[in-house]
Amino acid sequence: MRVKVLIVEDSKASREYIAAMVEAVEGIEVVVTSSGFEALKLLPRHRFELIITDINMPDINGLELINFVKKNPNYREVPLFIITTEGRDQDRERGLALGAAEYLVKPFLPGSLEALLRRYLKLP
Amino acid sequence: MSPGSKALAEFVAEATEILDALARDLLVLDERRGSEADPDLVNGIFRAAHSLKGLSGLFGQERISRLAHGTEDLLDRLRLGKLLLDGAVLDSLIEALDAFQALLGEAARGTESETLSARVEAMSARMASMGAPVEVAADDPLDRLELEAQVRSVFTEYEEHRLRENVRRGVSLWRVRAAFDLSDFDKGLAELNTRLKPLGEVISTLPSAQPGGAHGIAFDLIFGAQVDREALETGLKGTPAELSALTVRPAAAAATSALLQAVQPAATIHASAGAKSETRPGDAPTHDGAAGAAQDAVSGGVAAPDVPVRVTGAAPEAPRRGATPARGSRGAASRGTSEDAKASPAAGHSTSPKSGGKKKAVRATAAAMLPEAQQPLLSHVPEDMEPGPLEWPTSDADVPANAGGSPSPAPAPAPSSVPVVAYLQGAAKASPKGLSVAPMAPSGAPVGTPAALTADTSLRSLTQTVRVDIGRLDGLINMVGELLLIKANLQRLAESARQDGAVALSKLFGQELARETRGLERKLEALQEGLLEARMVPVGQVFDKLARLVRRITREAGKEIELAISGGEVELDKLIVEELSDPLMHLIRNAIDHGVESPDARLAAGKPRRAVVGLRAEQKGNHVVIEVSDDGSGIDEVRVREVAITRGLITFAQAQEMSRRELLNLIFQPGFSTARSVSELSGRGVGLDVVKNNLGNLSGIIDVWSERGKGTAFHLTLPVTLAIIRALLVGVSGRTYAVPLNSVLEIVSVQPREIRTVERREVLDLRGQTLPFVRLSRMFALPERPVGRHFVVVVGLAQERLGIAVDELHGQQDIVTKPLGGRLQSVRGISGATDLGNRRTVLVLDVAALLEEGMAVERRRA
Repeated sequence: MRVKVLIVEDSKASREYIAAMVEAVEGIEVVVTSSGFEALKLLPRHRFELIITDINMPDINGLELINFVKKNPNYREVPLFIITTEGRDQDRERGLALGAAEYLVKPFLPGSLEALLRRYLKLP
Repeated sequence: MSPGSKALAEFVAEATEILDALARDLLVLDERRGSEADPDLVNGIFRAAHSLKGLSGLFGQERISRLAHGTEDLLDRLRLGKLLLDGAVLDSLIEALDAFQALLGEAARGTESETLSARVEAMSARMASMGAPVEVAADDPLDRLELEAQVRSVFTEYEEHRLRENVRRGVSLWRVRAAFDLSDFDKGLAELNTRLKPLGEVISTLPSAQPGGAHGIAFDLIFGAQVDREALETGLKGTPAELSALTVRPAAAAATSALLQAVQPAATIHASAGAKSETRPGDAPTHDGAAGAAQDAVSGGVAAPDVPVRVTGAAPEAPRRGATPARGSRGAASRGTSEDAKASPAAGHSTSPKSGGKKKAVRATAAAMLPEAQQPLLSHVPEDMEPGPLEWPTSDADVPANAGGSPSPAPAPAPSSVPVVAYLQGAAKASPKGLSVAPMAPSGAPVGTPAALTADTSLRSLTQTVRVDIGRLDGLINMVGELLLIKANLQRLAESARQDGAVALSKLFGQELARETRGLERKLEALQEGLLEARMVPVGQVFDKLARLVRRITREAGKEIELAISGGEVELDKLIVEELSDPLMHLIRNAIDHGVESPDARLAAGKPRRAVVGLRAEQKGNHVVIEVSDDGSGIDEVRVREVAITRGLITFAQAQEMSRRELLNLIFQPGFSTARSVSELSGRGVGLDVVKNNLGNLSGIIDVWSERGKGTAFHLTLPVTLAIIRALLVGVSGRTYAVPLNSVLEIVSVQPREIRTVERREVLDLRGQTLPFVRLSRMFALPERPVGRHFVVVVGLAQERLGIAVDELHGQQDIVTKPLGGRLQSVRGISGATDLGNRRTVLVLDVAALLEEGMAVERRRA
């Protein structure tokens, strides 16, 4: 039984790239979406074990998604990773303060992401 | 395609999309130079740069990433109010866009030129040091806003900044709460946003953390309203939105903010119709009253609940309704209260006639709230503060060329002295063929002169993709489903025929088979049509790109031009739209550089300073006509005649006989603009003959109209699609040819005696009009057969007409034209070959070339 990971990222190429990276880890099934709104719709329909989200998105921002997840008794245990680019320190700090588990600064290497995924998803 | 090249293609496709969006937004920003920038627009541009940075970083495109980083940083400072958007900043952004396009072009080709790299470095450095920081006031206006820390903590830095700006400007702030069904909340929110947008700024959209039941979800929109409460309520009628005002304390009272932190925003007013009366402030005094009282206490007023101390946008009605302080206290955000008399900016806000107790009247002057240094955030620096071209080279190859003595575009000569040759030869700089992307300057070019690099960037897309509306795709899939049904029926018929074996096939069977075949034919036609439609893109895609180009060329040429675009929604085959961009760019450059006079010259000629360059598309049946026009000085046909005679294109005698229109059309002759004179005049490589050839390759033709003093217009007539066309099959001397039906006007049958010879050239009289006439057999040097009568296929494009004599007519068929290879490629009058399906291959006539040939014959013989 594979665990589900949700990836929320509005840039298509980045999304595909990250998805490919996550999918490469055995035992993970990836669900991707391009917007925070879609993520809100997907949450009740799947049982995600982990969420990776961008911060700057057009509808709701990633911080709001984190807040939503962390305040909701149904999802609050799900660990969240933030994807950021360098220079956006304040947004990153806020994300961590809201309860995000980790942050990834683009461009990141597959190895670092894989190690984090294994740790949080308790994969062998 | 290797995995690497596939990834590259994906990168280029998405980067192109981002740059297209960036270009559109920058154009809007540029058009509104001088007025305050729309924060949404600036944020959109920031987001584009941000996406590009992330994208290029992921794909290892370091140069793009580096420049995007610099651009993003600049935009970030802009949108966060740390930098003023002045002309220099805007020019830098536009220059960066050009550089991105050049970089992407190199990335697509897998090259990396040093000049461009150096330019990226220089630009990044300049952008980093650009602009003086805007002074930030010591006290944060946000501290005066009563908003739970919890809510503030989910704002991004940008949202926080927008909120701060709204507070500082005294905009009334609202919390708009709306609950939706989880399945379609995005639609509901989109509707809400559409309603709110004209009324102010949606600063943030927060999904409510409270679980909204299994199927519901609530959102809080933080909204800065430009209108008063009444208008806001009216605007939201019928939506599930509930309004509550966010309170802003006056600046002086900021120190006491702690007192108020606990006070929640006040009662809710349902925007939906009819609900208002239930929630009149007077009816719900409890909680509101407390809030109002608390605030009044803080702001030094008398906290008597029955005395209206401040008024909102609804003020004039307040006394009549017996409004309580509750209403006043939350009516609008930046309500001033005490001696220092703050006010809201909206006109509707006024002084309460009953400003009770010890209070003084409230003055309604928005500006009074703002310390001078903080006023408009993105205000614009006047034009005269824009740095000159030396400081901010806006990059164009003709800068050096112009410096070298070519006609100076700036202070203008009189209209009549605009050199006609320059007009005609000024040309697009893009190479006319192939995937031309930004011809690079020689590697020895001086670093730091970005000029040579980008102006030549072809406007063609770097990708070969078409975005298709999902509805169209669904339609196609439906058709395939129906085809499968027919296939199943045919299969069944085949099976029964096989099993019946030797038994003669019944008539019924034949009928059934015929019916299925007809169905198959219809569905295939629909499928073909659907697929052709999927290839169609609006010609506006090219127009958008051209609009940006016009802006730049205009500035470089020192002219004042308004670009009037229409018909952008007209659709053409993607291939044609792509191929059109370079010829159109060429024509537009001509119009701006040489067609349009300088502002002074125009004034002298009694015209408005501002010239109008038009770009229009219009569908006419199977063709699309695109017009590039200007209201400039027009083409001097006398000069055209002189040049043509001088260059030996026509003899003096010929010139005498030529009509004005024929004379004007000489400008498309290959010899008219020679490479030598072109380089002398404008440093560009191609002439109008290349434009004409480009169009010819698209089975299109070009025509020119010009009137001295009034302007010039080029008309490009193009088929809607090239992919599959309907053709008329004709027979000549026992051979079959295909004539594209979209250029066939009619077919007439004529007796040999009806053919006349005028000036050694055959013509027909068709309903009183003289029609040029060619015999296909003679044209292709085939043995002529004596015939009792000729079939004449009358073809036409734009205004040109020609009768083509053939022996037989074979009917119509859909054909896919395949290009001829090798030496056959240059055979005049043939555009390609097609397979008729019965293992016969026939040649397809090139109508545009035949029309031209007809005219050329006329000229040679004349």
